This record gives sequence, C-alpha cells and structure tokens, in this order.
Amino acid sequence: MASDHNMNLKPEDFLKIGVDEKEAEVIQRESLSAWQDSWQRLRQNKMAMTALVILGLIVLAALIGPLFSKFNYYSNDLLHTNKPPSSDHWFGTDDLGRDIFVRTWYGARISLLVGLAAAAIDLLIGVIYGGIMGYFGGRVDNIMNKVSEILYSIPYLLVVILLLVVLEPSLGTIILALTITGWITMAWIVRGEIMQLKNREFVLASRSMGAGSARLLFRHLLPNAVGPIIVTITLSVPNAIFAEAFLSFLGLGVQAPIASLGSMINDSLTGWLYYPWRFLFPAVLISLTMLSFNIFGDGLRDALDPKLKK
Amino acid sequence: MSKNLIEVEGLKKYFNVGKGRVLKAVDNINFTIREGETLGMVGESGCGKTTAGRTVLRLYEPTAGSVKYNGVDIFKLPTGKMKAMRRDMQMIFQDPYASLNPRFTVQDIIGEALDIHGMAGSRAERKKRIEELLDMVGLNHDHATRYPHEFSGGQRQRIGIARSLAVNPKFIVCDEPISALDVSIQAQVVNLLKELQDRLGLTYLFIAHDLSMVKHISDRVAVMYLGKMVELAESEELYANPLHPYTKSLLSAIPIPDPEVEVNKKRIILHDELGTPIYSQNEETDQAETQLIEVSKGHFVAKAFA
Repeated sequence: MASDHNMNLKPEDFLKIGVDEKEAEVIQRESLSAWQDSWQRLRQNKMAMTALVILGLIVLAALIGPLFSKFNYYSNDLLHTNKPPSSDHWFGTDDLGRDIFVRTWYGARISLLVGLAAAAIDLLIGVIYGGIMGYFGGRVDNIMNKVSEILYSIPYLLVVILLLVVLEPSLGTIILALTITGWITMAWIVRGEIMQLKNREFVLASRSMGAGSARLLFRHLLPNAVGPIIVTITLSVPNAIFAEAFLSFLGLGVQAPIASLGSMINDSLTGWLYYPWRFLFPAVLISLTMLSFNIFGDGLRDALDPKLKK
Repeated sequence: MSKNLIEVEGLKKYFNVGKGRVLKAVDNINFTIREGETLGMVGESGCGKTTAGRTVLRLYEPTAGSVKYNGVDIFKLPTGKMKAMRRDMQMIFQDPYASLNPRFTVQDIIGEALDIHGMAGSRAERKKRIEELLDMVGLNHDHATRYPHEFSGGQRQRIGIARSLAVNPKFIVCDEPISALDVSIQAQVVNLLKELQDRLGLTYLFIAHDLSMVKHISDRVAVMYLGKMVELAESEELYANPLHPYTKSLLSAIPIPDPEVEVNKKRIILHDELGTPIYSQNEETDQAETQLIEVSKGHFVAKAFA
C-alpha cells in the first residue's frame, strides 16, 4: 500500500486530550420546562398564532366594542328600521331599529360566555368523573362507564329541547342543557389518559415511596394528562357556541331583548335577501370564532405532543 | 455469616386472565437474602421476575405467602406502618424513560420521597440533601433544576438511583436497571451500584436477563422459569454446575467472544417440556416443580430435577 510509509505512527505521536468526566455531564441546551417547550412550538405555527390573535381581538371587541357606539342593544328606533350600514349605524339596524354593531358584539359576549361556562363545567365534571373511572378501574369503572354510555346514547337534542321547555328559558338553563351531556367526552378522554398513565413506572415509583392516592392523582396523573384536556376544551368551546347559536336559531335560546349571535341570525331570516347586513355580520362573526377556535385547538394539540418535536 | 434481611416464603401472585383461567406469574417461590448480599434473579421475558420483585415490595398484593423484612411480615402491616416501611425498601426501575415524571424537575423527582416522609425540615435542608444525592451518583448540582427529557439514558438511570437512595433504604430491588441502556453505560451503572453497596451497606435483589452481568454483580443467583423458581445457588457454583434443564439451556445461550469456540458450542434448546404458567381455576401446581431440594451445600434445585 502506498500510504504505508506515511503511517509509522508511534503511541507518542498521539496527544491525549482527555475528557473531563464532570464536563461530559454538562448540558448545553437552555433548560426548558414542558410548557415552555410547547409554547415555542406553538409560536412557530403561523396558522395557530393567527387564530389566537383573531380570538384575542374578538374577545376584546366583545368586551369593549359596545362602548364605542352611542347606542345600546335594546332601544328601538322605529324611524330607522332596516337601515344599511352608515356612519351612524356602522353595521346598520334591524327591523326594530336596533343598532346591529352593538348587538353583534353584545351577542358575541353572550356566545363566548355560554361557550366558556359550558366548557368550564364540562371540565370540572369530566375530570372528576373520568379521573375516578380511570384511577380506580375495575368494577367502579365498569359501572360509571356504563352510566355515561347510557347518557350519551340518549338523543342530545331531545334532552336539550325537553329541558328548555320544562325549565324557564334563561342563560343558566342553556348552559345547563349544554353541559348535561357535554361532559361525557371529557370524562372519556381523562379516563383513557389516566388508565394509560397509571401503569407507567414513574407512578409505580411514587407508590413505592409511599405516596397516597391524592398525591398520585394530583401530582402525577392529572398534570400529565393536561395536554389532551386543554385540547378537548379548546375544541368544546366552539361546540358549545355553535350549540347555543343553534338553539337560539330554533327560538329556544336567550329571550329578547338579549341578543345572541344565533337569535340575531334567526331574526334576520325574514328579509335576508333585502337586508343582508342583518344576517351577514353575526354569521361571519360566529364562523370566524369557530374557525379560530378549531385551528387554534389543532395547533395546540400539535404543540403539546412531544412526539412531534423536531 | 450475617443474618437474613429478607425472607420470602411461599410467595404466590396469580392474575386472573378470564375464562376461568389463572396466570401463575409467581408460583410458590422461597428465598432469603442476607444483609449486604446481592441476590441475582434471572429468567426470560415474562417469567415473573418483575412481578416477583414488585410483590416483594408489596407494590402488588400477593395471592399467598409472606415476605419478612427483619422478621416483620410486611403483608400484615397496616397502611401507616407500611408507609414507614417503604423508607427501608426501595426500587430501581427498568426503563429510565418511563420511570421519571416528565413534568417534574430533577430536584422534585429526587425530593419527592423526602416530602412524602417529611424528611427534609427546611428548603435549605432539602436542597442540601438533593445535592448530596446528586454527588453520590455523579451528577452535577446544576442538574437539579432540569427536566428528565434533557438527560441521556444513563444519566436518567442515575437520577432514578438517586431517587431510591433519598430515604436511606437498606434493601433495593433493582428491576433490570441496565437492560434499557447500551453496553458502555451498563458497566458504568453496575459499577455505581456496586460502589454504593459497599459504601452504604445496601442489600440488592438484582433482576436481569443478562447472565454475564448477573454473575459479575451477584453473590448468589436464582433462576426463574414460567413463574417458578427452579434453581438457586452461589454464582460460581450455578455457572459451573447447572442442574435444571432450563438453567443449562440459559447458560448455553451466553455468547462466547471466540469464534472457534462459539461455532462448536452446543446450544441446548428446550421445547416447552415444562408446560405453561396458565392453569385452570382450581388446578394445583405440581409440588415437585416448585419445591426446592438442597442437592449440595447452598445449591437448591426444583425437586423434579434433583
């Protein structure tokens, strides 16, 4: 071989640079918690961030939008009915001369309130019920799971309509109607997560140190199930908003003069070809809200899943 | 000879597998571990080693039998006393990726046992103890605030070791602590375990399926097969003079780093001569399969093969 005479290397020719053992253990990467890590991934998702900004703007407008107008949501002005958008009435007026700009944001406020309240109650019941099913398993799980399956199998609309007919129609009734079966999905998600997590070795390790049920559930199991729980919430808020709009559209929702996006669309149907603004503004807003929630929820799911880490 | 720290008698753990059948994962095993000793436990995947280890620590409630720690039957202890007992008996887990809570920092992982048992009076005391434990396993102090996903497999396993040492245990079940690590790291972790044993006077039940590693670390070795303990002897004796056909087969499977020997070596292959660990509900196990007979001093083998 040609290179042989170049290769007369002796041990002395090698310089041992050595590795300091302590140095080998140093981690260069910036320390990030699981949350910070997820946030960084979420920030890189342009669609999800756009949806988040739009949601922020909608919430902000729903809170302070009506303040910028000199009208309120309930006063009639029968001299100015069905007026198209103008410098006075920015989104026009409806058949009773009420200002649609104010009513749209006021309606958005009601819709968001219903959505968030329903999601919060779903969360509370779902996590407790699902947590118990998943943690105890066995017979407890069997019975509780059957109960939830039976509840789920009753046609949802039937229950809701029945409830709204029996009880006084109000915001509280609508939220109750939406949550009476809404928590089941959450409970199933939590159950699945807890069942999967409780056999993981870190839970066993905590038990081998003498941890009790409360510690296992609240320090180990639920914090690790938070990702799917959050995603389920962000996807159940738009569901509740849509359900409320749908019920209001059927005339089972909030009662006049309170506005919700669904009841406004319902009111506008009588002449929507002649007065399209009455229909357009609330319809666009509700679509935008739901689209944003869904896109954001999707992005959040990707960001919280460490398996997608690059 | 030092006294027995652990005495396991007639330990059984059955799982119901439905259709009136039971899986006898641990079937009437008996052994003792002397103070300061390492008892190796070997066997193939699914033979009940891990179940045995977990039942010895009462992480599973046994079907029958007793485990005595310093003469106290731990299965008879009420919850409060059992919690206190857990300070003496700890476990190192197999999978360093699954055994650390991903949402905890290293200091919370190691400090959890201190919190549970109220062993750290103040924050400063807790921090000091955690740093002491990190030193013990060769990690840096600034690792304390980091999360498990930032560490390599070997480092994670050392975090797991530090966690189990936090309560000053006397007995540790090492459940295949090295099987998930690559070979260069395996030696590092095994040597750390040996060093800690010498320093702290620990007693180990070392579960593994790597026979050469078990020989290296254990004083005595127990062989498990299909839920039964089939042979138990001093390491040297077992490797030199195996009696049970399963032990022979297991030993014949150890690769020898010499191609000429390896090519002429005769593998002993079993063809399920010994049946299965699944029984129908009321079927009794053949006593001859689970009862151990002392054939020479300290060398026990199942009666059926004595």
